[in-house]
Amino acid sequence: MAKFKGAIVVDKEKCKGCGICMSICPTKTIGMSKEVNGKGYNFAIMVNEESCTGCASCGRICPDGVITVYRAKED
Amino acid sequence: MSQNICTPENLVYKKTSLLTDKIMHYCPGCGHGTIHRALMEVVDEMGLQDKTVGIAPVGCSVLAYDYMNIDMQEAAHGRAPAVATAIKRLMPDKLVFTYQGDGDLAAIGTAETIHCCNRGENILMVFVNNAIYGMTGGQMAPTTLEGMKTATSPYGRDVNKVGWPLRITEMVAQLNGVWSASRHTVHTPAAVMKLKKALKKGIEDSMAGKGTCFVEVCSSCNSGWKMTPVEANKWMEEHVLEYFVPGDIKVDGKLVR
Repeated sequence: MAKFKGAIVVDKEKCKGCGICMSICPTKTIGMSKEVNGKGYNFAIMVNEESCTGCASCGRICPDGVITVYRAKED
Repeated sequence: MSQNICTPENLVYKKTSLLTDKIMHYCPGCGHGTIHRALMEVVDEMGLQDKTVGIAPVGCSVLAYDYMNIDMQEAAHGRAPAVATAIKRLMPDKLVFTYQGDGDLAAIGTAETIHCCNRGENILMVFVNNAIYGMTGGQMAPTTLEGMKTATSPYGRDVNKVGWPLRITEMVAQLNGVWSASRHTVHTPAAVMKLKKALKKGIEDSMAGKGTCFVEVCSSCNSGWKMTPVEANKWMEEHVLEYFVPGDIKVDGKLVR
């Protein structure tokens, strides 16, 4: 079976740090940053870059639509 | 390592262009943002951007016209179905939808809602139910659950004094003018996909002139419920969805529940 490797890009200035993406991520890829953005929120980041499969669950549920998801087949 | 796969040909998910880049004023974790995006994604996928007129309500989502990149009209509190009736009758080839919260649709606008559904206006009604008045500071709404503590029911809702939580979707489903009525949530990605499917069907049926299509979406209000966003979603699943059971209530003009 082909394996997929994913990556997310978070618009960190628009992220409000609600943590819903973190709670629903099936591979526990997403965590919250230690630093804060311009509004004082801890924003979503990839804490485990290797485990992301690019399922786009986080993108679909993000209330503020700040997550862009990429996916590529692994060689 | 991860940077090299972030190229346009590997893109699988991106915010639709039918949502503007304006930062939403909603609280962190509010379901409104997800519902806005689900609705706009469906409109985008169906290619109806230039044929859609949305009616914004009064309540938390009063600024929906700033976020949705389509033609929008603001209505007086609760009167979105009446405005939608006029727009749909004057421009029958447009997709007309109302987007209302529970304070707007189920409290001050109950009369407009019921009569619009009874006339079977060919519109899509999106009803966001978060069981509380969010914008004004978390007061009790008609949809507040029994025993739920709010700013105006600090000892919990007493059903003997103020009545039972109103299941308005089940109520309008009884009306002959309503073609479909269903209840959804947005707390999991699978639920968002289901909601999008229901919105698509509602848009198709309302455009085909079959009657009013009513879609209720149970959403969390973490600020009003005094919880974190993740806890609020869990609480909703355990309590709100027990009373407001998700699923189809009326499909293609026939009651299924």
